[in-house]
Amino acid sequence: MTAATDGRSTATDAGRRIEEAAREIAGAGASAPDPARDPVNQAMINNWVEAIGDANPVYTDPAAAAASVHGELVAPPAMTQVWTMRGLHGARPDDDPLRRMTELLDEAGYTSVVATNSTQTYHRYLRPGEHVAASAVLEGVVGPKRTALGDGWFVTTRTTWYVGDEAVAEMTFRILKFRPPEPQDPGNSDDGTRTADAAPVLRPVVTRDNAFFWEGLRDGELRIQRWGGTLRHPPGPMPPDGDLEAEPDYVVAAGTGTVYSFLVHHHPPVPGKRLPFVLALVELDEGVRVLGELHDVDPDEVHIGLAVAASFDRIDDDLTLPAWTVRS
Amino acid sequence: MTITAGTELPPLTVEATPTFVVASALATRDFQDVHHDRDAAVARGSQDIFLNILTDTGLVQRFVTDWAGPDALVRSVDLRLGVPCYAGDELTFTGRVAEVDGDEVTVSVSGTDSLGEHVSATVRIEVTA
Repeated sequence: MTAATDGRSTATDAGRRIEEAAREIAGAGASAPDPARDPVNQAMINNWVEAIGDANPVYTDPAAAAASVHGELVAPPAMTQVWTMRGLHGARPDDDPLRRMTELLDEAGYTSVVATNSTQTYHRYLRPGEHVAASAVLEGVVGPKRTALGDGWFVTTRTTWYVGDEAVAEMTFRILKFRPPEPQDPGNSDDGTRTADAAPVLRPVVTRDNAFFWEGLRDGELRIQRWGGTLRHPPGPMPPDGDLEAEPDYVVAAGTGTVYSFLVHHHPPVPGKRLPFVLALVELDEGVRVLGELHDVDPDEVHIGLAVAASFDRIDDDLTLPAWTVRS
Repeated sequence: MTITAGTELPPLTVEATPTFVVASALATRDFQDVHHDRDAAVARGSQDIFLNILTDTGLVQRFVTDWAGPDALVRSVDLRLGVPCYAGDELTFTGRVAEVDGDEVTVSVSGTDSLGEHVSATVRIEVTA
């Protein structure tokens, strides 16, 4: 086993541990209802309507509220979640599923968080003086996914708010726990392969389905996924015919092909690339098409059908990118 | 008022000043540093502090009840976030009635800023008047 393969196993193991922990946390069910710090109260409602700019009088004007369908002052439904927020120093209870999942993902390096979805259902309006408690259950954890923010995991929880035994509102909430992108040191070439410019590059997401491809590039091989007699690129989790029982292997491409399509990138700047550069979709002699940068060529000379050969851009110990040079 | 499917809601524009981002985050008791500390937000990969999701829920609710009136009962808010709304940007809500079923009205809402669609939402209200 090579060091590179060990690295992949470690990444996959981390993912598996996160998935196992998620199953355990979801299986533990709903947390005990945790009471809000304060009962529903007018002062916090006033702060909220002031910040949001909501002039609805049923939240603040006793006379208007009395004359409304509510018959009395009520709290804005969108404040439901506010009542049970933890505050500046508050900690989630030990059995809170989001707390446990957050800790695990922090440890795995997914330290940043953004909310992505919130679906709230209000069974009735709350009145000042009522005291809500929230109970949460983990619905699902999906990842790692590549997002515009970085690689991360989507964590979905379902929260129910109670007044006494009465469920008054529910929410499905999804967050993305992600790893913020970090600058990477470029690798140094000692074996004649090209070293990319000294800048971070956009890194691929290596998954169980495509790890062989990236491992191959590190070893100077352009590997193409094969399902029986059918080649598939980019590699996928199943063959084109959808046979869930099938297992793939790969062939090593000869590395020769022709430009099927290309573009010349002038702007905006791309990390690790000198502008302008040529990005070519090359149809290999084996029949599949692979993307890569086409090096050492005047962009005006590139044309569809141009004969090219594979080369390998070594970025660092972990990453080598596929690339092309013109065949003479 | 008679509500029919296809009715457009009057647009609402909110200036997402740093003060608005911070004030609304604190009013919703959200003390995540990315909503009030620009250095921390940048260190975490953002370009500035940005609106929190509880504020989006509040703004979407306000946008719909500004139009539907104080007697409309908000039954659900389903929202999905797109691009961030950073401090200094302007957020404009537009909406239209997607469906009317007796007293129940479903409104589709979109909030866009200079980066694109920040939030898309479906709000269900009950109008008994």
